[in-house]
Order: sequence, then C-alpha cells, then structure tokens
Amino acid sequence: MKSPTARSTNANAPERVVENRLPWTREKLPRQRRFSNRTLSPIILSPAMILIVIFVYVFIAITVWVSLSNWGTLKIDMSIRQPLGATYGQMFMMPRWHANLRNVFIFTALFLTFSLAFGLLLALLLDRKLIGYTIFRNVFLFPYALSFIVTGIAWRWIFNPETGINILIDTFGLNKLIQAFGGPPLHPGWTTDPTVLFSLNSWLGALFPPIKSMSIQLGIPVALIPVVIAAAWQLTGFAMSMYIAGLATVPQELREAARIDGANEFQVYTKVVIPQLHPVTVSTAIILGHVSLKIFDLIFAMTGVGPGFATDVPGIFVFEQTFKATRYNLGAAASVVMLLLVCLIIVPYLWRNLRKR
Amino acid sequence: MSIFPFGIRAALPTKPRDFLVLAFLVLCLVFFLMPVYVMVVTGLKEATSVSLSSMWNLPTRLSGGGFMEAFQRLRPNMGNSLLIAVPATVLSACWGSVNGYLFAKWKFRGSNILFALLVFGMFIPYQSILIPLIQFLEMLKLYGTIPGLIVVHVIYGLPIVSLIFRNYFANIPDEMVEAARIDGAGLVRIFTNVMLPLSLPAFVVVAIFQFTNIWNDFLFGVIILPNPQSQPVTVALNNLSGSFSVDWNVVMAGAITAALPTALVYIFLGRFFIRGLLAGSVKG
Repeated sequence: MKSPTARSTNANAPERVVENRLPWTREKLPRQRRFSNRTLSPIILSPAMILIVIFVYVFIAITVWVSLSNWGTLKIDMSIRQPLGATYGQMFMMPRWHANLRNVFIFTALFLTFSLAFGLLLALLLDRKLIGYTIFRNVFLFPYALSFIVTGIAWRWIFNPETGINILIDTFGLNKLIQAFGGPPLHPGWTTDPTVLFSLNSWLGALFPPIKSMSIQLGIPVALIPVVIAAAWQLTGFAMSMYIAGLATVPQELREAARIDGANEFQVYTKVVIPQLHPVTVSTAIILGHVSLKIFDLIFAMTGVGPGFATDVPGIFVFEQTFKATRYNLGAAASVVMLLLVCLIIVPYLWRNLRKR
Repeated sequence: MSIFPFGIRAALPTKPRDFLVLAFLVLCLVFFLMPVYVMVVTGLKEATSVSLSSMWNLPTRLSGGGFMEAFQRLRPNMGNSLLIAVPATVLSACWGSVNGYLFAKWKFRGSNILFALLVFGMFIPYQSILIPLIQFLEMLKLYGTIPGLIVVHVIYGLPIVSLIFRNYFANIPDEMVEAARIDGAGLVRIFTNVMLPLSLPAFVVVAIFQFTNIWNDFLFGVIILPNPQSQPVTVALNNLSGSFSVDWNVVMAGAITAALPTALVYIFLGRFFIRGLLAGSVKG
C-alpha cells in the first residue's frame, strides 16, 4: 500500500542519499564486515526479545504456576495444590466471581454497542464537513487524553444520587411530568442501586435447572450503567477517529457512481459507505473489547465493587485478592481467566493481521 | 498521513437537514463538555459553597477555590509522574525505533514470528504478570523505587513503540535501503544516516503516545510504588478522592491538575496524538 506521502519521500530520496554518502564511503568500510548484516539484525533485537520473553511469557507461566499452587497466604508456597486446579474450582463456586463474569460481559456488550454506534454516527455526521468540524472532532476525542482515574472521579460526582444528574431531572420538570401521570417521582440511586434489570434467571432456569440455584441475578445491574456511560464518554472519540480515518479511504468515485445510479444520500451511506467500513468496525471492536475486558482503573475510581458486587469486575477481583487479601493463588487464577478472555479475541486478530504481510 | 483530514474548508449549512445535523452535534458537544464543566465549576468553588444542591451553579465569587490546596497536595506527585514519564518515554522511543527499523527492513527467518510474540505483549492484562514482576523487581532491589517503575514502563512499552516504528519504516521505500547499501553502508549506518533523519514525525507521535499512556497509568504505579511519597499523580489523586477529610472542590481541582499535562499535549499537539492513536491499532 503506497500512500501519497510514501511516494513524495521517494522522490526526495536520491538527494538525501547523495548528501549523506561521503561519511561512510571514505572510512570504516573494512571494519563493518565482522558481522554480516543478516546476522546483525537478530543480534541487535535479542536484548529486547529476551526481556519480552521474560517479562511477558515467563511471567505468565509463573502466574499460571501460582494459580495452581498452595500459595494462599503471605508465606510463599509454590507446591502444587491437590487436586490439580482446585483454586479454579473454588473460584468458579464463588457467587462474587459469577457476578464478576456477568458484569464484565454486560459491560463489554453495552460499552461496545454505545461507543461503536455513536462513534460511527458522529463520524458520519462530521463527514458532511459542516462549519465547526474541527472543534466538534477535537472535543469528542478530548476525553481519550485523560486518565481513567480523572474520568471516574468526575462521573462519580455527576452520578451521585444526592446531586448531579438527579438535580437535572428535577430542574427540567421530568418528575413533575411523571407525577402528573400518577407515577412515583424518579430518584434513581445510580451507582448505589443494587437492582439487576431484565433478570433471566427463571427463564434460563427452565432450560438449565442449575441456574435456578444461582445466588446472583443474570441481567443488567443498574449500578453498571453509569460506568458504561463514563467509559463510552471517554472512548467514543476513539471509535469516531477510527471511522473518520476509514471514511477517508472510501473513494469519492464510489459515492459518485452510486449517486449516478440513482441512490439518494441516505442510500449512499447505508448501501455503499457503511459496508466499506466493516474492517474498521472489526478492528475498533477488538481494540475496545480488549480494553473493556481488562477494565480496572475506571471502576476502581468511580464505584469500587459496588452494592452487592454490582460493579465488580475481574480486574478489581485480582487486585483485591492478590494485594489486599494476599490470596495469591486465587488472584492468579482470576488473572489467568482474564488473560484467556483477552486471548480469545486478540490472538485471531493478530494472526489475521500479521500473517498477511 | 493524509488519511485524517486537517485544515479542511468547512461548509456552511444550507439545507434544513444540515441544521438538524448541526443541532445534534451541538447537543453532543454539550454532553462531552459536561464533566469538564462540572470539574471546573466545582474546583473553583470555596469549600463552604460546595453543596449538593448547587452543583450545577457557577461559583458566586471568584477565588482560587480548591486549586491552592489541590496543587499543594499533588505537587510532589506531579513531579514524580514527570520523573517517571519523561525518561521512560525517551528510552522506549529510542529502543523501539531500533526494533521497528530491524523488523521493517532487515527481516530474517522467523522475524515475523518474533514480531507477533512482541506485539502480543501490548494486549495482555497486566494483572496476569504482577506477582512475578514484583518478585523480580525485589530481587533486583528495584521494587518500590521510581527507576523500577521506569524500567517496567520501558519494557511493557516496547511492543507498541516497536509496532508504530515498524509501520512507519515499512512505508519508507526499500529502494532507499538498497541505494545506501550499494554505496557501502551497513545496517547500522543506514539506520543512523538514512532512517533516523527521516523518522522525526514517528518520534513525535511515539513520544506523545507514550507520555500520555505512562502519565495516565494507574495499575503499575499503585502496585510498584506503595510509598505515598514516590507515587505518581494518578495514584495520589485516587487517594485524595477516597479520603473523607477532603472536600469535593479540592478533589475536582486535583483532577484538573492531574489531567492538565496530557490535556495540554492533546490541545497543542492533537494531530500527532491522533496519528499515534491510529498507528497503534496494528494495521499494515
């Protein structure tokens, strides 16, 4: 893929080479032949690769070992716990872990839907290049530059049930309207609300009886919704940027051709432009999806584990079990499950992207 | 880099539909700026006038609000963050440029597999390496020290930085490398005399991207630096917001203070920021 920039550097190339020629043609020619260039490349790369192998792969292997070990207190004990994988068994019996898995899947699904849909919408609206284009775009992307901790603190204040959004609900007369229709005034507890919406337990329990005895509700925890909004606020701009970059690669001729064939402006987008954006959607979904499976800082700063573990996620579970409760094997087991979840979406993606070259 | 349009000529709305689009965009603008408004307004209020019911109101009189106290509390940690982010960014950019160059221009048998192994490192949840990482740092007497955290950021920054540089160098035509080789330059000389002079834009992109990432990091900071004196500002800010003795105006002012460096980078160097964002998404 040759972009216009690549071609222009090419055009300038001969001049630069001539400029820089003298220093290396005069001296030092014989000295360089000690290693051939082919063997030099892996030699120079080796320190970085060795470190990555240690800090990523060996460390993961050690963590897997810890998750299988007896190391459940401050005292290091790397002997293998019998029966093999008992810590995993113990973890998957914990209601808190069930809540964790429910939360992270619900969070990922809602967050991806919101940020991809709004990112695409904003990119398409900005594609009309109306006045204020640059301001809109820069403001929408701005939250991406902030730390999750800052985002969490700001939104915690906004979703505080005593103030923030709830004041706005009163100010705009929404509650008066609801009361006029005989409903109770709206006063959501947001992050303090332990209820779970759309619980599927009884319905799923009919299909799989064990679900009936589960102690957690399978549905959408209310307290998780503000977190989804905060995360979408921060990362919708990223999705928008990816889509803007994607839109620029859809050739104008394609749109013109569709218009000549009688498509109206709406059809040009739905039938021609949006299908072309499919690869962008896949990449963006995978990048945002792996961020949301790993989510930790935002929830840590905004709600913590939440009422009845309504906003607890594996990232926080690992942190608390390992560094607060010093149950190292349990924390390690949870982190291995996190890693597997991330691998599930990242490995096929890397495979596809890197094999093509 | 023409993919992301800058300095385009914006059109005035002509059709009714355009006005609808603009109205919707303004609505979104209000939503996106709302938390910023809340932070600024609350941060500027005096402790006595921060009340739950008047959260959305503007401060009634002009004063430093919570900023003086927030700045006093966070200043040492801002210094720490700077002391961590700047060396880590410089080191990982320099090292990553070499790796990126070799992966792009000096492929060897198995280099693509090595590259995949390297890039995978940027996606792992860091929770899954923390226990051995702490033990390893303790062994090297680096646990709890700022140099220790710098080392960690450099190593875990290598995948993304090498990736950005590799993609950048891959776009420089192979003919340039060939021409330099015919002139007798080896692998090292081609890097220092041909590639490095061309790679300033990539360095700017990487520097901004890494600085933002490292400044905003929380997990490594809170785990590797348990001592409050040496913690980065994100950790200090979280502690500030969690302590009940601190007023909300101070917390909000603190959030603005902690966000200011990366926000300024974004405002003044936004176009490079966006390039880094797009370059980091594993595209060929």
